[in-house]
Amino acid sequence: MNGFAALVARDLRLVWRRPGDVAVVLAFFVVATTLFPLGIGPEANVLVRIAAGVLWCAALFAALLSLDRLFASDHEDGTLDLLLLAPWPLELAALAKCCAHWIVTGLPLAALAPVLGVAFGLEPEVLLALAATLLIGTPTLSLIGGLAAALTLGARKSGALLALLALPLCVPTLIFGAGAIEALATGGDFGAHIAILAALALVALATTPWAIAAALRQAGE
Amino acid sequence: MADLHFLASPARFRRLSQRVLPSLAFATVLMLAFGLYLALIQSPPDYQQGDTVRIMFVHVPSAWLAMAGYGLLAALGASLLIWRHPLAALMARAAAPVGAGFCAVCLLTGALWGRPMWGAYWVWDARLTSMLLLFFLYLGHIALSRAYDEPERGDRAAAILALIGVINLPIIKFSVDWWNTLHQPASVARLGGPSIHPSILVPLLWMAATLFLLFVLLVLLRTDTEIDRRRLENAEVQS
Repeated sequence: MNGFAALVARDLRLVWRRPGDVAVVLAFFVVATTLFPLGIGPEANVLVRIAAGVLWCAALFAALLSLDRLFASDHEDGTLDLLLLAPWPLELAALAKCCAHWIVTGLPLAALAPVLGVAFGLEPEVLLALAATLLIGTPTLSLIGGLAAALTLGARKSGALLALLALPLCVPTLIFGAGAIEALATGGDFGAHIAILAALALVALATTPWAIAAALRQAGE
Repeated sequence: MADLHFLASPARFRRLSQRVLPSLAFATVLMLAFGLYLALIQSPPDYQQGDTVRIMFVHVPSAWLAMAGYGLLAALGASLLIWRHPLAALMARAAAPVGAGFCAVCLLTGALWGRPMWGAYWVWDARLTSMLLLFFLYLGHIALSRAYDEPERGDRAAAILALIGVINLPIIKFSVDWWNTLHQPASVARLGGPSIHPSILVPLLWMAATLFLLFVLLVLLRTDTEIDRRRLENAEVQS
């Protein structure tokens, strides 16, 4: 467990020294979200209707955008080889990397989304709900995205390929994340959506670290 | 299991497939000819759908084969990762585009059927959407297996993806069903009704058997080609 904390701390320290990388992802999130009202038109009731879906899709793209460097820099500088040789499970290392990724992208995205939601004219309680769905849903995105990043490590055109692999697998999270807000607006069962979002995160937590570790072992061969 | 291990050697598989392929091709052509007669001439038009019901004779078996094809990819992926069967990798490489092809045929024939029946080429129905996502999963598998300079690396990565995909397919199906009922409760006309009359069912099952043979034929043929291609690449590297 010590190694886990050390690896998370190391990744956070690396990000802390180059905060621009995170800032770019968040800036992309803001710009991408701003394009929707410009493309669709500023009608208030339309914007309220699409806000949750737009913010969720933009968050999904932003999370994916930051993933292609998740293992690539470790692969290039030899850290990955050391992790492969280390006497503790590679699955834990994979989980630590995804955990660090969530802290530097999932958390800020969840914090930023309500601010952008104000621009879409969302009610305060919906803003809170939006942050809650992103808080519970983004770990799944980090884990699935981490798997896609590990599978495409060293591939040609890895960025586009990563998105092609991860997006279909992220569909359930998107449906229940955006659906929760929809349920809140139409009097549906908000709690059920949250529970399924959490269930999806747990399934991803239970399955992806093993798959990521398997993919990393092949990359190291 | 012993039989599967017996087939794991590409050379042995090649000898066997060379013996089976001609008669398999012959049988497929014969069955297809008779199946087309059954489907296009002998079976009656539906009392509601008219002649468009005949699209179903290709559409439904394609959907079955597209789903079974992904199951095959996952099984081949497991046998590659567990036993490192070299043939499993080559066969997965051969089978993925065939499965994707049947998936595309299913989507296209569905669109052609939907236009006169539902009045739209595409509706965001749960079944259609999950089929489209299955197609995307196929595309990911094909792209990943061909994305590396060393083909073996692509094979293994694609095998892991197929296993994760097969775990996720039921989840995706479930969530798309939920999503659709949330937005619009079954407003779309459904094929079928209480039961399918034998005059329709017999050609349907015949065509399903025929297309299954076609699937097997294409996969075997393409696996042979992959074996040749891999040998050629290795020969080039050595010379």
